[in-house]
Amino acid sequence: MGDLFWILLSAMIVNNFTLAMFLGLCPFFGVSARVETALRMGLANIFVLVLTALCSWALNTYVLVYAPYLRLISFIVVIASLVQIVEMAIKKLSPTLFRQLGIFLPLITTNCAILGLAIFQTNRGYGLAEGLFFAVGAGLGLTLALVLMASIRETTELSDVPDVTRGTGLVLIIAGTLSLAFMGFAGLLSAA
Amino acid sequence: MSAEVTPSPEFDEAPPVSPFKLLGTLGIAGALAGLLLVTVFQITQPSIQAYKAKVLRQAVLEVLGGPQEYETLYVVDGALTNELPAGADARALEKVYLGIDEDGSPDGFAIPAAKPGFQDVVSLIFGYDPATGQLRGMKVLANKETPGLGDSIEKKAWFTGQFAGRSVPLVAVKKGTGSGDATEVDMITGATISSRTVIKAINEALERVRGMVDAYRPGAAGAGGAER
Amino acid sequence: MKATTPTQDLMRGIWRENPVLVQMLGLCPALAVTNTVANSLAMGIATFFVLLGSSLLVSLLRHLIPNEVRISAYILIIATFVTVAEMGLEAIVPEVHKALGAFIALIVVNCMILGRQEAFASKRPVGRALLDAVGTGVGFLIALFLMGAFREIIGMGSFLGQPLFGPHYEPWVVMILPPGGFLTLGALLIALSWFQKRRAAGAATAAALAAEGGAA
Repeated sequence: MGDLFWILLSAMIVNNFTLAMFLGLCPFFGVSARVETALRMGLANIFVLVLTALCSWALNTYVLVYAPYLRLISFIVVIASLVQIVEMAIKKLSPTLFRQLGIFLPLITTNCAILGLAIFQTNRGYGLAEGLFFAVGAGLGLTLALVLMASIRETTELSDVPDVTRGTGLVLIIAGTLSLAFMGFAGLLSAA
Repeated sequence: MSAEVTPSPEFDEAPPVSPFKLLGTLGIAGALAGLLLVTVFQITQPSIQAYKAKVLRQAVLEVLGGPQEYETLYVVDGALTNELPAGADARALEKVYLGIDEDGSPDGFAIPAAKPGFQDVVSLIFGYDPATGQLRGMKVLANKETPGLGDSIEKKAWFTGQFAGRSVPLVAVKKGTGSGDATEVDMITGATISSRTVIKAINEALERVRGMVDAYRPGAAGAGGAER
Repeated sequence: MKATTPTQDLMRGIWRENPVLVQMLGLCPALAVTNTVANSLAMGIATFFVLLGSSLLVSLLRHLIPNEVRISAYILIIATFVTVAEMGLEAIVPEVHKALGAFIALIVVNCMILGRQEAFASKRPVGRALLDAVGTGVGFLIALFLMGAFREIIGMGSFLGQPLFGPHYEPWVVMILPPGGFLTLGALLIALSWFQKRRAAGAATAAALAAEGGAA
């Protein structure tokens, strides 16, 4: 249990997917202008990450033992198809939920965080439970980074910053500062 | 996207391609991709495996400090065995490595260990001699600790070198304040957590496998005991 | 779509539409593995190989791939080349493979590569597609090299592992850690934007002077 807890918190804070491992940068820069959208993007991400963890565990256990060279291709194909199926199901079953989360689903499929999760899970030899905790931690970490970023950007939009820094330059500097702040969490979960 | 509203936009589009053609195209593409991958896999696999084996061999022999041969033992049901149980996946089992000296008799164990450090998991391997209860050596295999501070656990020779000859369980002490006891290991200034992680990883791994290591009799598990 | 000359196809990706510095594509590898020059170059070359291979194949097969499944087909092609690149790197230079880790596999989701297939290679003859791939690949390599050089020189006081400043230099370690990636790219973009603003202002002044001269 201690290990699972460590995996969750490590993926969420100390080795935050976005701020320490640079995964999921597209939504981080693209959908972080408003807190509300950022939050919903984060929730959709948690959902897809958990699905991915399930998928890649199943693939790793039942298929890829026999054909390790198909790893990348099968991850991409299976995850993309599964997300599309789930998207259709949500659209049919709950139009409200679809309006809240659904529009983000296609965007997420080709996000490095998703494939990154599948690959890290494989490289570290995580089992099903570990994979699920890893996915939830990574998703919460993404959401945290997105929401923090969005709240800072909402403020900077109205503030008087030098003209040349407007746009992506400023966002990157803010991301750097956030990443620096998250470095302070290192050692939080260590053995000592 | 046109702003014009048509009740059923699919009538405006090009005639649909038959699903069989779509499936066929993707199927052929997939088959070609698979063929290419298998070919490259067959060509590259021998050198990839050889490199991995070489790295492992170097690490094991380095921490054993003496023997030039070793045997891989698997942890199965709380005991060590040199024979892989039928149907088991070798990669999923915990392993220790038994050193074998020139006469073919067992000489020390190399034991892998891992523990969360300052940033991420630190993995290492250490040599242990059950006859004397002392360590033979320690080598960090992978770490993501802070460059220049925490990663000294891998790079500073005075730190990695002090494990040989130490008795277990190890005790972490601030550098220069030790009483000279054989269990004491000096920590790196500025990398206390990383140093302590290494020491705790060794203590915990030993606690786990010590009973098995002491109980293991080479050759007892089968006729091919000393074979590799 | 506007017709372009072969030279434009080649040069466009290198600077004016540089994938990282101007289009903001492929940021994940650009930030994650540029902590040393060697890693940056390895990543740049691997991506270059995948881009070239995929563009060649997509352009060759552009009449055969039905429109409905084109994205899946592109991804399949890209993933194949990435797997080949990954196994090749692991067999030839295992140390580099270890340093880059999972980020080699993540070349698959580099939007830059899929973007070039969708926007260019799928509509042009092979020669043009290759020129475009070379340009974009070189542009990506240059951006990664700039970042890697900046981060290694400041963060480790060395270039390609060769110490530059002697033993008394205290390296600014944070530059080779994750925050350094964000800060370096941010600084690069701000510097570029400053240059552009200055050049625009210069051009405006020149135009105003010329207009004055014409009027006089």
